[in-house]
Amino acid sequence: MKKTVILGIVLICLIALIPLFVLKDAEFGGSDDAGSQVVEEVDSSYDPWAAPILETLIGGELPGEVESLFFCIQTGIGVGIISFIMGRFVERKKWMKQEEDSARDCN
Amino acid sequence: MSKQEKRILALTSVCALTFGIAPRVNAMHIMEGYLPGGFCIAWGVLCLPFLAAGFFSIRKTLREHRNLITLLAMSGAFVFVISSLKIPTMFGSCSHMTGTGLGAILFGPTAVSILGLIVLLFQALLLAHGGLTTIGANTFSMAIAGPFVSWGIYLLCKKVRINRKVGIFLAAALGDLFTYCITALQLALAHHADVTMGEALVEFLAVFAPTQVPLAIIEGIITVLIVMGLETYAKPELRAIGFLKEAK
Repeated sequence: MKKTVILGIVLICLIALIPLFVLKDAEFGGSDDAGSQVVEEVDSSYDPWAAPILETLIGGELPGEVESLFFCIQTGIGVGIISFIMGRFVERKKWMKQEEDSARDCN
Repeated sequence: MSKQEKRILALTSVCALTFGIAPRVNAMHIMEGYLPGGFCIAWGVLCLPFLAAGFFSIRKTLREHRNLITLLAMSGAFVFVISSLKIPTMFGSCSHMTGTGLGAILFGPTAVSILGLIVLLFQALLLAHGGLTTIGANTFSMAIAGPFVSWGIYLLCKKVRINRKVGIFLAAALGDLFTYCITALQLALAHHADVTMGEALVEFLAVFAPTQVPLAIIEGIITVLIVMGLETYAKPELRAIGFLKEAK
């Protein structure tokens, strides 16, 4: 069980990080632009008719640092909720020893 | 179990390595303003029945088992975290996962549509990622089509008695992948003025699908790990939801 978890995490890190080292000259960006480029390729007459609401409000592109801030907030909210609930589950399990014994056959 | 796990590892490594290294760009959700108005409305309307069903499904679940709100919150938070992580891929670009597989396996596909909508709203409003006009289309691909595939594959694997972890892995990974296939289809349906519809679809698929493969694998692994954690610590909830019937 422990081994599986560690292996899984290592594998995730490998898949995620290897490209960084292998592709030294790649941009690793353009997430949103890329789709737009293809749209231009296959449908050159199309004009986007709306802009992201926040960009309209501040009248320009969202600064990269601010964007990463928002992404961090999103991750933070999620991780906070998950760890809070997981923590409760873990503590609760300590109080339910007999539960654990009866269900050890799970896999 | 370890044998099964080894098999997963072998399979995943093969998948990761066979897709060579070719710098390529990609996109995630459909950008603001990139679907004609008619398509925005059509996809939005198409989402409504699913969202309504999801709302009722969540209400029913919570009415029957009040304490399941913890698991539900966790599935939602999982989507939040997973879809905020942009991960570099072998194709020289970044993309992120959807994270909807977990909720679909636990609560059924319709419930996830609500969770997914919340995340998409957050990203559309604050992150200029996706968009308000395209939220219907994005909801359909990420919060409806993907979860339905995950759920179907999970049930299928359960039926043919494949190891549960393999089933969960496949469900999460393929659901993730399918989300992006649908996105490609949506874009191709709307944009094929210069080329034929099929060519446009191939073009968009080439942008979306290959980048997403390694990420789908990561998502599969993460989902399996989370479920393993839940199986260890949240047995009562999983039983209440019918996920761990046989373990009693």
